[in-house]
Amino acid sequence: MSTESVIAVESLVTHYGSRQILKNVSLEVRAGEILVIMGGSGSGKSTLLNHLLGLLRPTSGNVHILGQDINTIPDIELTLLRQKIGVAFQGGALFSSLSVLENILLPLREHTRLDRMTMEIMARLKMEVVNLAGFDALMPAELSGGMIKRAALARAIVMDPRILFCDEPSAGLDPVVAAQIDDLILDLRDAMAMSVVVVTHELDSAFKIADRICVLDQGEILAIGSVPEIRAHPNERIQNLLNRRVKPVDLDPEEYLRRLTGGRL
Amino acid sequence: MASVEIRHDSGVAIVALAGEIDLQTSPSVRAAILETLALKQPMVIDLTAVRYIDSSGVASLVEGFQTARRQGSAFILAGVSASAMRVFQLARLDRVFALAETVPQALTQARRGAA
Repeated sequence: MSTESVIAVESLVTHYGSRQILKNVSLEVRAGEILVIMGGSGSGKSTLLNHLLGLLRPTSGNVHILGQDINTIPDIELTLLRQKIGVAFQGGALFSSLSVLENILLPLREHTRLDRMTMEIMARLKMEVVNLAGFDALMPAELSGGMIKRAALARAIVMDPRILFCDEPSAGLDPVVAAQIDDLILDLRDAMAMSVVVVTHELDSAFKIADRICVLDQGEILAIGSVPEIRAHPNERIQNLLNRRVKPVDLDPEEYLRRLTGGRL
Repeated sequence: MASVEIRHDSGVAIVALAGEIDLQTSPSVRAAILETLALKQPMVIDLTAVRYIDSSGVASLVEGFQTARRQGSAFILAGVSASAMRVFQLARLDRVFALAETVPQALTQARRGAA
């Protein structure tokens, strides 16, 4: 792992209408590292992920991906840049009318003019790697949750991306299958020399695979650091997140009762 | 950028690859391998000067290896870098390909296979 960064985010601010989603976020993804972004629902992690993918342009601040400024990059170069980024979406995002093999072939058919045999071998190599060998003809509806995640990973890496994004790669899986996915992400990073960004709220998974963890809460980065640094971090909000404690919400009894009764009593 | 050089050494075809084998350059590597295989000679692929090979390059090697097997000729990879070997290992191709550390060792293996 080097300290060269593949993604650099500086003072990123994002508004949806009048709502501020990200507040002055700065972070980098280093070459060859696995960076885990953790945060609860509404923390802004999906919005941050969309920025890191170059899908959103910031309200203010800068995002550089592989040295290219997302604010100023021409659309044609943005398309080429996105080919160097693989994304495994949370629900798999497989096309239900295409077989597993055809789903994994899709990026190659879309973006390259390679010979059909080369494309099929590339896709099947990735199926071997994610342990889906021989399932070419199955349709997404016939796959288990773990198989869908693995097929999504195979499709995300079929073009040998420089950066791999995994959105909740082990969510909803039983612990054994989740651990297999974690191992797979580690193996892929090691063998393919990729940088990996994982968004997850699964603590076990985050602690196992992360080189660094970025903790996001209410649109702000609370801390970025190694696993031991984050585990020992004194910030109460981080400890609440790690220990799954729910912060008590200020309660106004009058307002609460009015809400419950619909203001009619 | 990648370059492909083909030479012959006492009945063995040596395809020497150099540079970066990626989506842009692998089609010419594939074409060179398949055209040379048509000679039905034992073949050594010299990867010593390859700085990077992506999975389209690996796919070309798989296709060449299987074609050679089907026609009963040797197909040996020489000088595989540590990074390429990690990719082979991930896909378990290290247990499939015929590998040699150097081109002279590969030539010996190829002649033995052809004998």
